[in-house]
Amino acid sequence: MEKPKNGMDRRTSLKYMSGAAASLASLSWVACEAPEEAAEVSAHQHPTSEDLVLNDADQKLMEQQFFTEHEMQMVTVLGNLIIPADDRSGNASDAGVPEFIEFMMKDQPQHQTGMRGGLRWLDITSDKQFEKAFVDCSEQEQKKLLDQIAFPKQAKPEMSQGANFFNNFRDFVATGFFTSKLGIEDLKYMGNQANVWQGSPPEVLQRLGVSYDDVDGYEFA
Amino acid sequence: MQIKESSTVYDVCIVGSGAGGGMAAKTLAEAGAKVALLEAGPMFDSANGDMFKWPYQSPRRGANTHRPFGEFDAAYGGWEIEGEPYTRAAGTQFDWFRSRMLGGRTNHWGRISLRFGEKDFKRKSLDGLGDDWPISYADIKPYYDKVDKMIGVFGTNHDRSLGLDNEPDGYFLPPPKPRAYELLVKKSCDQLDIPVVPSRLSILTRPLGKRAACHYCSQCNRGCVTHSNFSSPSVLIPPAMDSGNVTLITNAMAREVLTNDEGLATGVSYVSKDDNMEYTIRAKTVVLAASACETSRLMLNSKSSRYPNGLGNSSGMVGKYLMDSTGGDLGGIFPQMMDGIPYNEDGVGGMHMYMPWWVDNQKAKLNFPRGYHIEIWGGRGMPSYGFLGGIHGYNSWFGEGGGGERSHEGGGYGQALKDDYRRYYGAMVGFSGRGEPVALESNYCEIDPNMVDKWGIPVLRFNYVWSDHEILQAKHMQDTFEEIIHTMGGKLLWNKAGADSNYGIHAPGRIIHEVGTARMGKDSKKAPVNEYCQSFDCKNLFVADGASFVSMADKNPTWTILALSLRTSEYIIDQKKKGNI
Repeated sequence: MEKPKNGMDRRTSLKYMSGAAASLASLSWVACEAPEEAAEVSAHQHPTSEDLVLNDADQKLMEQQFFTEHEMQMVTVLGNLIIPADDRSGNASDAGVPEFIEFMMKDQPQHQTGMRGGLRWLDITSDKQFEKAFVDCSEQEQKKLLDQIAFPKQAKPEMSQGANFFNNFRDFVATGFFTSKLGIEDLKYMGNQANVWQGSPPEVLQRLGVSYDDVDGYEFA
Repeated sequence: MQIKESSTVYDVCIVGSGAGGGMAAKTLAEAGAKVALLEAGPMFDSANGDMFKWPYQSPRRGANTHRPFGEFDAAYGGWEIEGEPYTRAAGTQFDWFRSRMLGGRTNHWGRISLRFGEKDFKRKSLDGLGDDWPISYADIKPYYDKVDKMIGVFGTNHDRSLGLDNEPDGYFLPPPKPRAYELLVKKSCDQLDIPVVPSRLSILTRPLGKRAACHYCSQCNRGCVTHSNFSSPSVLIPPAMDSGNVTLITNAMAREVLTNDEGLATGVSYVSKDDNMEYTIRAKTVVLAASACETSRLMLNSKSSRYPNGLGNSSGMVGKYLMDSTGGDLGGIFPQMMDGIPYNEDGVGGMHMYMPWWVDNQKAKLNFPRGYHIEIWGGRGMPSYGFLGGIHGYNSWFGEGGGGERSHEGGGYGQALKDDYRRYYGAMVGFSGRGEPVALESNYCEIDPNMVDKWGIPVLRFNYVWSDHEILQAKHMQDTFEEIIHTMGGKLLWNKAGADSNYGIHAPGRIIHEVGTARMGKDSKKAPVNEYCQSFDCKNLFVADGASFVSMADKNPTWTILALSLRTSEYIIDQKKKGNI
């Protein structure tokens, strides 16, 4: 069974229990009608460190190496071709995508064969077409090759394995990039913090052609 | 082997600390009973959970390598637990989710807190299938009322004009305003005569006692640091402990209920996961709340010369009439939501609006009995593992698609693809149906004659097959979801499930609403327990989880488990006072 990483501290739990319990004993329905804004704010001061947190098992995985130096180079080049830098954010490397993919190969070993084999397939195909390894090709040559596998519906039958590999690789890059700090900022995701929900803003409602008048029979929080 | 026996004789031994066990512990301990509370997993307090963690604080970005619902989910456990196997009879399916921790599965559930309605207690009278409960809505209503007020649930009493007459009123905190896309769902469903109403979730929109109101981070399933939603360790265990009457024993895997020559329960034996030693707890009354199937496993494993078929099983019905909710899903992409306007759309950890079952099956001449409610999901949630996975399947659908030099087909790379991710983020809305199966004697769990778990406890073998009732209901879900998505102006995110996949119905157990297996009844030959969840055979044995359910309803079971556990606990107190047990 997995080892829970959090929430297991017995003493803390027991301490909480004895402290918080008294308040729950005498509930009345009236009490919960009265908002306690000040109490709420202090209750929500939860520390939000943004550092990478590694337990021992994860640390061990981090210390192992799956990709060869050459493969890591390929992963980096491919990642940056998929997500390049632009005026809004950096590229896949800037977001730590190659390191993320390296970790996932060890964390979920079922991906290893498809990943390693796909990279090799790409190198062999590159050699057939340009007589050099993928990373040694010019960007123009690299894109010429990607154009043959990056659009699965148009890929020729002999390219289907490459297309399938690229679909999976693209998904890894998307997760790696858009779950990074840089990628989350790029998407302008604004949550994951204490908030007072007051509904969607007028411009959002307007865009969808809806209005809170449609639900004006209700009393909302 | 040495067995360590407690010298204390407790008034009550409760097995399991989830919704049913937590409520029983609180109610009985506050009434003065000395309670031993056994939990098969470790301590847990959601104050120490993963709330507010960013995906990049994890090297796997929250992937589900170790937990089925992702790394940050609060539930320890899953469908497969090392050392705790179960089996399935050939040709049948059941996936059994277990959460070994204080509070069990209340730590990560969806907080959808629906009372069963009047019709839900008398389905056989209405459509001839299954059985009626021995109790009516009026019998359980006072307990639902108490649960609402004790725990806190937001929602609304439905306008009578909506015709939702099987959705009882309750005591509700005000619901959160709908998200914009939920209003879009409502607008479209208005055209289809599908009522969309505020959801009913046990999340505080106002402070309750010392529990702060929700801060709208949408991460209820990770465990709430401020205990603003319902879980047993947040709401029920603390007052139970504070009574001074509860001895909580964690990592205690119950093995058997012990009985004496008179056939009465005398306690529970368990193996401690801490020291691998065998223990017994002596108690005057035993309450099983280990989860429906674990409870019947315990009963079936508690064999003696007096109870050769297992404790409380003279009816032969323990394990029978196992149910899980039906489940089907479909998602859509909506062009008007693309390139969305950024704002914090998190809200509570779940839908703000939903659709209760709205059709009268007989009047509408539907080809299946019973119904389902619809849950809504989507929008600008926190980007997480699997972000817009499979984008090559749809990024050519609206406007410029793909990328690269030459394509308007799906897939691509480069600047155009990067822009696609930005355009499609937040543009999806999906629907999940969760419905009522028909209780069948042929769906059951039993003791596998050949297998034991790592502590030598015989394991369960499941026998469960969906009938046409459920499969046709799943078809109705797919057709309905497709109609809603198209009315909203969207395209289906994946293909509608067809007959080849039984219309996408999830395997039994996947919705994690296991109920039944020790159903209540009036006739001791047809049911293991009476209307107070008291064993017919063994009067000081009770069940307080979903095991006693006669039918499932198109609602989530937790609120009914809580109400029944409260009712059973008050009955135990009453019977003690009268000297009957």
